[in-house]
Amino acid sequence: MKLTHWRILRAPLMKAALSVSAAVLAFAASSTADAQSKDPIRIGVISEAQSVAGSSIPLGAQLAADEINAAGGVDGRKIEIVSYDNHSSSAESVRAFQRAVNEDHANAVIASYISEVVLALEPWAARLKTVMITPGAASDVITQNIAKDYEHNKYTFHGYLTSTSIAQAVCDAAKDLLVKDLKMKTAVIMSEDAAWTTPLDASYEKCLPQIGLKVLDHIRFSPDTTDFTPIFNKIEGEKPDVMITGISHVGTQPTGQWKSQQVPIPMFGVSSQATNSTFWKDTNGATEGVLFQAVSGPGVAVTPKSLPFVDAFQKRFGNVPSYCGYTAYDEVYYIADAIHRAGTTDSDKLVDALEKTDWVGTIGRVQFQGKDTPYPHALKVGEGTITGLMLQWQDGKQVNLWPTEVANGKLKFPSFIKTN
Amino acid sequence: MLFWQILIDGFAISSLYALGATGFTLIFGVSGVLNLSHGALMVAAVVAAWVAGGDLGVGSYLGASIGVAVGLVATMLTYFVIVRPLQQSRKIREQEKEIFILTATLLWGIMIQELIAYLYTNNAKTVLPIVEGVVTIAGVRTPANEIFTAVVCWLVIALLWLLVNRTRAGKAVLAASMNARGVTLLGIELSWVYMAVWAIYGVLVGIAGVLLGMFLGVSSYSVGPLTASAFSIVVLGGLGSVSGSLIAAYVVGYLETMTAYLVSPAYRTIPALLLLVFVMYVRPRGLLGRR
Repeated sequence: MKLTHWRILRAPLMKAALSVSAAVLAFAASSTADAQSKDPIRIGVISEAQSVAGSSIPLGAQLAADEINAAGGVDGRKIEIVSYDNHSSSAESVRAFQRAVNEDHANAVIASYISEVVLALEPWAARLKTVMITPGAASDVITQNIAKDYEHNKYTFHGYLTSTSIAQAVCDAAKDLLVKDLKMKTAVIMSEDAAWTTPLDASYEKCLPQIGLKVLDHIRFSPDTTDFTPIFNKIEGEKPDVMITGISHVGTQPTGQWKSQQVPIPMFGVSSQATNSTFWKDTNGATEGVLFQAVSGPGVAVTPKSLPFVDAFQKRFGNVPSYCGYTAYDEVYYIADAIHRAGTTDSDKLVDALEKTDWVGTIGRVQFQGKDTPYPHALKVGEGTITGLMLQWQDGKQVNLWPTEVANGKLKFPSFIKTN
Repeated sequence: MLFWQILIDGFAISSLYALGATGFTLIFGVSGVLNLSHGALMVAAVVAAWVAGGDLGVGSYLGASIGVAVGLVATMLTYFVIVRPLQQSRKIREQEKEIFILTATLLWGIMIQELIAYLYTNNAKTVLPIVEGVVTIAGVRTPANEIFTAVVCWLVIALLWLLVNRTRAGKAVLAASMNARGVTLLGIELSWVYMAVWAIYGVLVGIAGVLLGMFLGVSSYSVGPLTASAFSIVVLGGLGSVSGSLIAAYVVGYLETMTAYLVSPAYRTIPALLLLVFVMYVRPRGLLGRR
């Protein structure tokens, strides 16, 4: 064959070759589609594996997956956890999310306890149409984004309390513990200047006066603050009955200085670092008497599932789970439950099924707010769903004081605290 | 009342800044090294004291001593592993050595920081205080530990002054800071002078770190800010000038405390940084700098 003939023939040959390969590809695709129904359900877990709080996320998720698989899986399909360390970085989280969906074919993703990270992932959940649930971020903006553009952002679910509902939980506890029991009347709000405290503080300012605590002042300080002496002295000069806290980036330092300066005013509110079991050691016991909001506590049976979970976690990993270990564990369970109810892993149907979630987990009864509420896909809070707890550090232990049904101790302050 | 509060709190924090910056400026003055792992060495001392006092349960005195010892060991390690090989290298041109050492100590600091975060998490830690309780001075309830901090800082600075100005070894150090070649011509081994200065620096870093851990507490995140604060105090005071650093430490300490009390704790560090920029414009060699 001469070269010219080859040139003439080349086009039809190419066409034939293309159509053959297209057919092969189509066949391959159809056969993978068949296989997929027997494939495992893959859940991507993107977390801050090096931090105290974040390291519990993949462990909690793995524990739930293993339990579900041991009981036969979801309609015969096993659950597989694919874990990614994001080094607390938004950019790395976005790359991990793309990899989870595009290469590892995750059916849903559990991601991060940092609000900034979750907010960076939210548009990607929308673009890649993949369900994402956060086990620990708090910013209200996450669900506000869903309200703004539901069709687009509906793939994101907020599996932990929003700042607004955390503030509400603190007020509910303060009403019983401080106003009713200790007859307190005045408070100063003390919080770090960060994205998550803006809605928290706004909520505090609204709900504290409603329960009968007059807000004398509102002090916001930089999260880089190391010397808290001026802050405590200023607050003491205003003579409030209690300091209502909103701290997460700081914790050890203000607590240590509160004790060494013997500030006579109790600290009550959100102090994320105090929820860590190592906080007593980090502060050399200065945390004695500090009150902090949480959704779980050692030895507290919030639901019948709480304690068995902690036992299993401790037995397998040798330490106690952080708050987002609980939520990540629950999330795997209710994702599995939603897939079972939907009968598919198709994202849109999964969203519909997750919206109808009614799951008793380890921190309470999980239900999501509807799409017409101001915070769609945020957890419902309050009696009957999730109330949260109010714990206090006493003699090296975290003791739960509120709500009374699950309390395992009584309020007790170190001697330098003065209450009327 | 507010006046006394600012006076007392400002004094304690300024004394601590002064001690931290003294060692930093000393090794610059004598050996021309800007040690950017300064903050990491301080944090290493704090974490060692925290582990010794908490996990090993050796009590506050021994815990603090172990912290200082670890500060010293880490500093000597910095000198022998990072700084000296670069100083003596024949492959690096003389005029580039400063930038090599700057980069190397910065990276070394990051390595120490990451190691601490890996082994002991990035949570902040406080060191068991040696003295507990509070004392009331002029109506201000002051932690006894704060007074202890200020007293120790000044004792150490006074001892350092005696050592440099009143002993033969100290005079050799002083001479080395003025003219290194002159010292060698007098028959003094320069490498011994450097080693002695680094050892003194190590003790200062250890003590400053442990006191900081007792007074305020630190985490692995504090590495950068601690180096930066020592650096800006030293630049403000004049690189290499110990008395300039002492004055600058008090200027910065009081400016920060006053801002926190009178304006807002959120803006604490801003005026001191503005002052630094201003001094750079009008007097680039710093308050008491020689060059």
